[in-house]
Amino acid sequence: MSNNAPSPTLAAGAPAPQSNFLKRIPWRSVAIVVPFLAVFIALAIGSPAFLTFQNIGNVLDRQSGILIVAAASTLVLIAGGIDLSIGATYMFTAVICGTFIVTVGGVPGVVLGIVAGVLAGLVVGIVNGIISTYLKVNPLIATLAMSFIILGATKLVSQFGKSGVGQIRVDVPEFRWLALTKPLGISLPTWIAFVVIVILGVVLWRTTFGRYVYAAGGNAEASRLAGIRVNIVRIATFALAGTAAGLAGVIDLARTPSVPENDAIATTLTFTVLAGIVVGGTSILGGEGAVWRTVLGILFIAMLYNGFTLLRIDPLFQGIALGVIILLAVGFDAWSKFRRN
Amino acid sequence: MSAEAVTAGAPQLFVELRGVGKTFNSMPVLRDIDLTLKPGEVHALVGENGAGKSTLSKIISGVYTADSGTLVVNGEEVSFGSPREALDRGIATIAQELALVPALTVAENVFLGREPRRGGFLNRRLLKRRYRELAEGTGFELNPDATVSSLRTADQQKVEILRTLARGASLIIMDEPTAALSGHDTQLLHGVVRQLAASGHTVLLISHFLNEVLELSDTITILRDGRHIRTGPASAETEASLIEGMLGRVLSSAFPEKVVPEATAQTVLTVTDLVAPGVNGVSFSVRAGEIVGLAGLVGAGRSEIAHAIYGAVRRSGGSVRIDDNECPASVPGALRSGVFMIPESRKEQGLVLGRPIRQNVTLSNLDQVSSAGWVRPTLERADAQKMLERVTVAGDDRRNVSALSGGNQQKVLFARALQRPRKLLIADEPTRGVDVGSRRAIYDLIVDQAAQGIGVLVVSSEIEEMLGLAHRVLVIRGGRIVAELAGKDMTEENVLTAAFADPIESEIA
Repeated sequence: MSNNAPSPTLAAGAPAPQSNFLKRIPWRSVAIVVPFLAVFIALAIGSPAFLTFQNIGNVLDRQSGILIVAAASTLVLIAGGIDLSIGATYMFTAVICGTFIVTVGGVPGVVLGIVAGVLAGLVVGIVNGIISTYLKVNPLIATLAMSFIILGATKLVSQFGKSGVGQIRVDVPEFRWLALTKPLGISLPTWIAFVVIVILGVVLWRTTFGRYVYAAGGNAEASRLAGIRVNIVRIATFALAGTAAGLAGVIDLARTPSVPENDAIATTLTFTVLAGIVVGGTSILGGEGAVWRTVLGILFIAMLYNGFTLLRIDPLFQGIALGVIILLAVGFDAWSKFRRN
Repeated sequence: MSAEAVTAGAPQLFVELRGVGKTFNSMPVLRDIDLTLKPGEVHALVGENGAGKSTLSKIISGVYTADSGTLVVNGEEVSFGSPREALDRGIATIAQELALVPALTVAENVFLGREPRRGGFLNRRLLKRRYRELAEGTGFELNPDATVSSLRTADQQKVEILRTLARGASLIIMDEPTAALSGHDTQLLHGVVRQLAASGHTVLLISHFLNEVLELSDTITILRDGRHIRTGPASAETEASLIEGMLGRVLSSAFPEKVVPEATAQTVLTVTDLVAPGVNGVSFSVRAGEIVGLAGLVGAGRSEIAHAIYGAVRRSGGSVRIDDNECPASVPGALRSGVFMIPESRKEQGLVLGRPIRQNVTLSNLDQVSSAGWVRPTLERADAQKMLERVTVAGDDRRNVSALSGGNQQKVLFARALQRPRKLLIADEPTRGVDVGSRRAIYDLIVDQAAQGIGVLVVSSEIEEMLGLAHRVLVIRGGRIVAELAGKDMTEENVLTAAFADPIESEIA
């Protein structure tokens, strides 16, 4: 390299110390951590029932399915996609799992059911990914359409699992064990959610795949020209989200233990997951986000609902509060993007 | 051309700045600026990136308000709260990014928001008549019924200018108006600027192209680090004196010395009958250590050839060989073969702006700093810092790459290229939007790569740059090579002649 290069970074400049300090603060993280802690502390003080091992344990146990789906869906959003079919997939996989358990029976039925349920999620995810990349259908529309198809398929499959009317019931101990075991006093679903979150978080943070996920969502064309197979990366994130929905469907089936055949449940799950991700500061435009913040986002919403119940506030305010919080979160995202430009 | 038509309804403006200062985040970006803009003059504002040109123009156009000092228009002290208020006083800006509605026609865009109506419906006949009255005065020849999306950039710029005239602007601020234009379109726009000035408008021109500034403006103001260095007639300045004023020191030479590759140097790239979108059968070769320039108009197929070699678009015929091995038609394949391309638009095609500098450096070669899919932070940090040092980008590389200036962003892309030994480096418009100080550093990097035995393909719209860097120039028109120039034949005139030989044909492309 020539030594007489005339301009050794004139433009790197030396910004004023104060502005530098302000820039160092990770606002995205602050924006979820501070409200989370504030509500947590407020509830701990305001309601004696909140900060008990049993209440927290219950909340975590009930959120484990959602947490698993949300952690994986975070990757979809960061990579620049969106998956509206996760709720439908969740229900679909539960029905497949339940059908196998009921029709095959015994331990083989349970094993087959769990494997089939998770695999069904994987397949749906891959299909979502292919449609919204190689077939060039906007992921919002692709997964919306897929969710209708999957909900229809759910009803079709459930015909095999139930005799006559009613729901598929899988009240078999070999299966319910999955939800009822409590290693170290914490429910197995909570443990599974914990492991999934840690794995996905580390994958995103430390692996080359994680890098590609951020790059694909941050600037797809630049990533493509840098040699990254953007479509494959995006399909992989959809596959992860589908698999996670499958796992969550199976786990929640073991807890309930009847298959929820109600489209509203699927829709609510999808929206809650997206709400949690967005409240956690992951950009809906892709390229930005983190799994741990999604976890805080989901738990923040759950905590709020739990608090409303404990404090006996009319549940009708729950929806309003959540809506306001989502608007604040998205507004913050838009504002920070605007500031950067 | 009737000057009266243009000036109609546009009073002449005499704009003065007195002791204007502006501070962002307690950082002064402008200090005590005195400036007078006279009607009928083309006044250029030059300076490096960060010198305060944009801030100054934004104070005049009402985007920012000055912290100190006053803005005086026709002897009256004013304070603009918004660009709207500035426009009401006849001050308008034509930004680098055009703000047109692509689906509407030329005439509709010109009168957007103030269309003649009758009973709530658009009065098309009146719209067109008004458009003709306005366009006649400028000498612009545009079809008023063409949709803007079908126009080339230079013509879109004309639409933008017409719009500001339609709104009664008398002081027009142009921020890098020719940055995205080819040579021919640049000449057209220069004519437009002259016409505007001749008809009594004031044009405040911000440009990185010093020859353009010298050729076009009557008065030149130099800014450096937010300070007013000097204002003087353009006739008293030369390129060297401007650079000296902008940098505060003498720049040795615009281009590094050419190192002629050895006669025995092996051929690195062989392109045979290449056919791809926008490329209609191209054959040429590049030897090790050779810098080959692809010249031509924008849209002639230069970038398309680059993309086809790099495997970024599908090739429908012909072959691309690197060192006698077929280079696969995919980006990862081309990278494996030793090809690397620095794309034309670093913001859209090169960098992931929301990510740290370090990750942008290693993006193409993560394998080199990871094992079994795991990124190794210490390796990555060391590697990125070594590369950034070579391309002279200092500072914390954990900052977002968006925090860097255009020149330094371009250097980050070079750092990415240097991360692995290459055989062929393609640099598409390597100095677009790059300030004078960083240009030479980028030229040095290119020449240095060639000196190390790498074949280099440079695409540039700046003929001077092409002639200063390349050993050989291929002129492209309509997706074909129409001339190959080397040695004494490599002159601006020859390049232009070949590029324009049949303008009608090239405009179709």
